[in-house]
Amino acid sequence: MQHLARIAIAACTLIWMPFLYADPASDRTALRDFYAKRFPDIPLSAHKDGAYALNAGAREQWLELEDFPPYEIEVDEGAELFTTAFADGTDFSACFRDARVRQDFPRFDAEQATVVTLEMAVNACLHDHGEAPWDYGSAEMNALTAYIAFKSRGQIVDLPTPQTAAEMDAYNAGKRFYQSRRGQLNFACSNCHVQIVGNQLRAETLSASIGHVTHWPTYRFKWQELGGLHLRFQECNSQVGAEPFQLQSEVYRNLEYFLTFMSNGMQWNGPTTRK
Amino acid sequence: MNRRQWLRAAVRYSAATAVLLSPLRVLANIRQAFDATSVDDALKGVIGDKPVQESDLIKFKIPDIAENGAVVPVSVSTQIDGVSAISIVIENNPNPLTTRFEISPAVVADVSTRVKMGQTSVVRVYVETPNTIFTTAKEVKVTIGGCGG
Amino acid sequence: MAAQIKIRGKIKDGVAEVKSLMPHPMETGTRRNAEGNIVPAHYIQTVTCFKNDEQVIQAHWGPAVSKNPFFAFKVNNAASGDTIRIDWVDNTGETSSGELVLK
Repeated sequence: MQHLARIAIAACTLIWMPFLYADPASDRTALRDFYAKRFPDIPLSAHKDGAYALNAGAREQWLELEDFPPYEIEVDEGAELFTTAFADGTDFSACFRDARVRQDFPRFDAEQATVVTLEMAVNACLHDHGEAPWDYGSAEMNALTAYIAFKSRGQIVDLPTPQTAAEMDAYNAGKRFYQSRRGQLNFACSNCHVQIVGNQLRAETLSASIGHVTHWPTYRFKWQELGGLHLRFQECNSQVGAEPFQLQSEVYRNLEYFLTFMSNGMQWNGPTTRK
Repeated sequence: MNRRQWLRAAVRYSAATAVLLSPLRVLANIRQAFDATSVDDALKGVIGDKPVQESDLIKFKIPDIAENGAVVPVSVSTQIDGVSAISIVIENNPNPLTTRFEISPAVVADVSTRVKMGQTSVVRVYVETPNTIFTTAKEVKVTIGGCGG
Repeated sequence: MAAQIKIRGKIKDGVAEVKSLMPHPMETGTRRNAEGNIVPAHYIQTVTCFKNDEQVIQAHWGPAVSKNPFFAFKVNNAASGDTIRIDWVDNTGETSSGELVLK
């Protein structure tokens, strides 16, 4: 009886452990340990492929499509946009060097006291050089971020550990969002991506949260075009019957900040295709 | 001109006309076949009068369960000799005839593309040789229809 | 301006394995846009492939070929310097063309 009780406690602790600790480094270790135990035959780095790390038939189709992927057209458009001159004669290289900068975002900007994402940085660049900002969901934004993601492939997610009070606020806000139930279906991100990860929900295999942020923008066949991470957040929220937030809202940027830290050590591998 | 001469001339004339008209007629048939909504009508442009025979010499690669009906990768290859055309028919699509590849001997009988499937369907390929049309099929399950919406 | 046809090719044992990606919406004519209106049919109908000046493939397509069509084929007796050309014509009469010189 005592033996069973110990197992039960250990099991519960295993499930909830990621969220007992307040410091980000321990959170990340706990989450990675959870996925390592849940999927003992899958190296943690493989979770950058999401559901394709968990489903062989789907993976085969994905690899075939990645051989000559449809987003290449948009990446080419992004390459053109990157070198198109601004009003002041410069171009995106003035802000993003050779475009191999995916690793630099998101980051907490102490001055602005907020999480700055790649998309925000793109608009800041446009603004600083006399150009109008782009809509966050626009084709230009997707094409340019796809080009940057493509040039940055192989970089490792390396977000500095949140330390200051402001950084911890943003991190904890993201973490809280991740764990909070919402919507008609009353699901939290962690319900699907931790508690029942690897199982199927409505014929969809649920993927691990580590690696989620690494492959954006993504060409979803459902969209027949590229879309950003926050668009996927909106879809997920809508799918559980919750009101989605705005693209690049503080809520989603904090969530991105939390999830990126959880993915530290994984490879940036965007853009990619998904179902 | 006597009757025999007249007949000979008439035969030559109609043969010439037939040769002249047939490529145009084939082309018109092809587009009609693509517009056809029934498998039988679609096949008229693909098979014509040739006998159809099941074959296990056709390597037909298509997923059992399509990730998304909008982009289903498909490839057809065969070692069968003298292939002049490869056609793909998605039986439950609104217009079943999807593609028809007419190939010269300069090309290997091996083509790949990506197709839209509106729903779960049998997908059949027809490999045309001088005297016979060889065929094989697979059922592909589609959970999300690929025609938009 | 339509984006270029992307063509890749490599020669393996004298056979050129050619892969192409053709930007094109491939609208079936049955889809409705956000406003609820039918998006008119707009799809590639004929694709012609050449090795140097020789026509090697003529493909007829319907609208059920996926958006931004992918098409792969293999050409016999290929040699470095051969040009693979791909032309398409769509149902509106629009055309495009792409070329690759094999290495």
